[in-house]
Amino acid sequence: MAESKHLPKVLLLGPPNVFQIHGKHFSQRFQFLKPFESPIPTDQFLAENCGSVQAMMCSGDTPVTSDLLRKLPAVRIIVTSSAGVNHIDLTECRRRGISVCNAGTVFSEDVADTAVGLVIDVMRRISAGDRFVRSGVWPVQGQYPLGSKVGGKRVGIIGLGSIGLEVAKRLEAFGCKISYNSRTKKSSIPFAYYPSVLELTINCDILVICCALTDQTRHMINKEVLYALGKEGVIVNIARGAIIDEKELVACLVDGKIAGAGLDVFENEPEVPNELFDLDNVVLSAHRAVFTEQSLWDIYELMSGNLEAFFANKPLLSPVIDG
Amino acid sequence: MASPPNPQPIGSPDPNDNLPLVLVHRLPQFTTTFNHWLQPHFRILEPSDPSFSIRSKTVRALFCMGPTPVNSETLDQFPSVECVVGTSAGIDHIDLAECNRRRVMVTNAGDAFSEDVADYAVGLLIDVLRRVSAADRFVRGGLWAVNGEYPLGSKVGGKRIGIVGLGSIGSMVAKRLEPFGCIIAYNSRRKKLNVPFPYYSTVQDLATNSDALILCCSLTSETRHLINKDVMMALGKKGVVINVGRGALVDEKELVEFLVQGEIAGAGLDVFEDEPNVPKELFGLDNVVLSPHKAVTTPESIERLRKAIVGNLDAFFANKPLLSQVKFE
Repeated sequence: MAESKHLPKVLLLGPPNVFQIHGKHFSQRFQFLKPFESPIPTDQFLAENCGSVQAMMCSGDTPVTSDLLRKLPAVRIIVTSSAGVNHIDLTECRRRGISVCNAGTVFSEDVADTAVGLVIDVMRRISAGDRFVRSGVWPVQGQYPLGSKVGGKRVGIIGLGSIGLEVAKRLEAFGCKISYNSRTKKSSIPFAYYPSVLELTINCDILVICCALTDQTRHMINKEVLYALGKEGVIVNIARGAIIDEKELVACLVDGKIAGAGLDVFENEPEVPNELFDLDNVVLSAHRAVFTEQSLWDIYELMSGNLEAFFANKPLLSPVIDG
Repeated sequence: MASPPNPQPIGSPDPNDNLPLVLVHRLPQFTTTFNHWLQPHFRILEPSDPSFSIRSKTVRALFCMGPTPVNSETLDQFPSVECVVGTSAGIDHIDLAECNRRRVMVTNAGDAFSEDVADYAVGLLIDVLRRVSAADRFVRGGLWAVNGEYPLGSKVGGKRIGIVGLGSIGSMVAKRLEPFGCIIAYNSRRKKLNVPFPYYSTVQDLATNSDALILCCSLTSETRHLINKDVMMALGKKGVVINVGRGALVDEKELVEFLVQGEIAGAGLDVFEDEPNVPKELFGLDNVVLSPHKAVTTPESIERLRKAIVGNLDAFFANKPLLSQVKFE
């Protein structure tokens, strides 16, 4: 359409789910350059079309490396559809003065809801019970094994950012006792703080991972932490798969070293360790803790809002780096 | 030694003969017993006992296992019973009116289960709205790598939750859903004072103004098939039903029709009209979460039940007020 030529240009990589659903809305405000729709190789496309492009939109699993950024000499802003920014070379962005905007707090409630749903499901064996009924076995086998009470359990939240706080708020209402570990202690927060993940884990029954994936947090949940969680302990991960040493996690689950796990994320999505498929004490999800209709609309508004602010030289809405 | 209160039949020199006698009333299919809970404190009388025919006429307390019915025939059979102690929160299997007529007191599990049922109800709601079990099936089926993305869920926050029955379970459900940003309203037999949530005098009105109904009330002749075709139509195509009460609160045939036809959006069901039989049409639906009547079962709630049962029996034999008496209204 001729009108779109007047719209600001944005390089689109991924593309993120939100674009697949709200592409029409996005395209009314920006003109997107789409290498994935072009028959020529991406590098060539970028060289031919993106030399002067200032803005880029990407998904949470699009690697934005220094290599890629070198091919985009004019880029000044990257808007990702994810809360996580572990896929973006932030050091290079800071060096170049490139702003990076993420999902801000748009997903926090939905992710927290999923985290709590997974906690209840693992503890009370809801999905396992559903399988039991659907298999037609209830009339034959009678009673189903006891679950474990949620209320009164000690919940350790790793990363007390906006998601972690929403999880805490919800589980408090169930009568859980909340404690946390974060990079820094939060002075106004009434929950008990533990300076190390190991200490936190020793003192809790349920671990909920709500932190970012960085060099420091990669494989932070290792064999030592899992053993400290113990035979009655449960872990829920709605953050990034690589925060947990997945091989160790699988071994601990198979050997009964921990009681169960609720996992929305994995080290090598969409691959999920097959050993988990046979376990009744695990609840698996396809990295969709954010995916509700409402949150997809909210992220559309936030991402296009960030881009509009950029092009209008106004303050960005959700900057992680403000170049 | 003090002489035992009742004449002893020959051949039972049991030192426990001083303990009060409790009749254990259970359907034959209930092979798990709670006798080990009772025996430290009470003498147990079961049909297998050789003195059953005599003692059953004089025993004053009846321990009712699970949904074993207690009705006129039962009370005729055991004419001296003054107290029936149940093991569940729901006592629709006990003829409360008949007990009341004969001045027989009835106790239930009291609050032993309320927290765990409330936790479970919320778990079912999140599961249905956010498709947790369906996603688990999707991943276990190896479909993630093949099929890619999975259908969107529906946000929990902002949903209007209609709680049917604001007793101890219903109140705890409300308390848990508030931090999720849900908007709570309720229907109960009577409006409750000092409750901050809007009250609707009929379930129909509640359904019209709700996105999800959570059934937390007891099953009585008034509440049988309370959730019927009209209520489900009022709830609408995007509506969800969560049932942790009794299967018969819902017209199950209609519910299945509504779900199969897509006239409501989903359901989370821990109870059914004819357990353990579950309508097979539900097995193929992704928007339904099925549970084998286990919303109460955690080790903690089982222990609380034990305390409630022993406590009620102790109170009865000591002529003290019962802990969790259910009054006939």
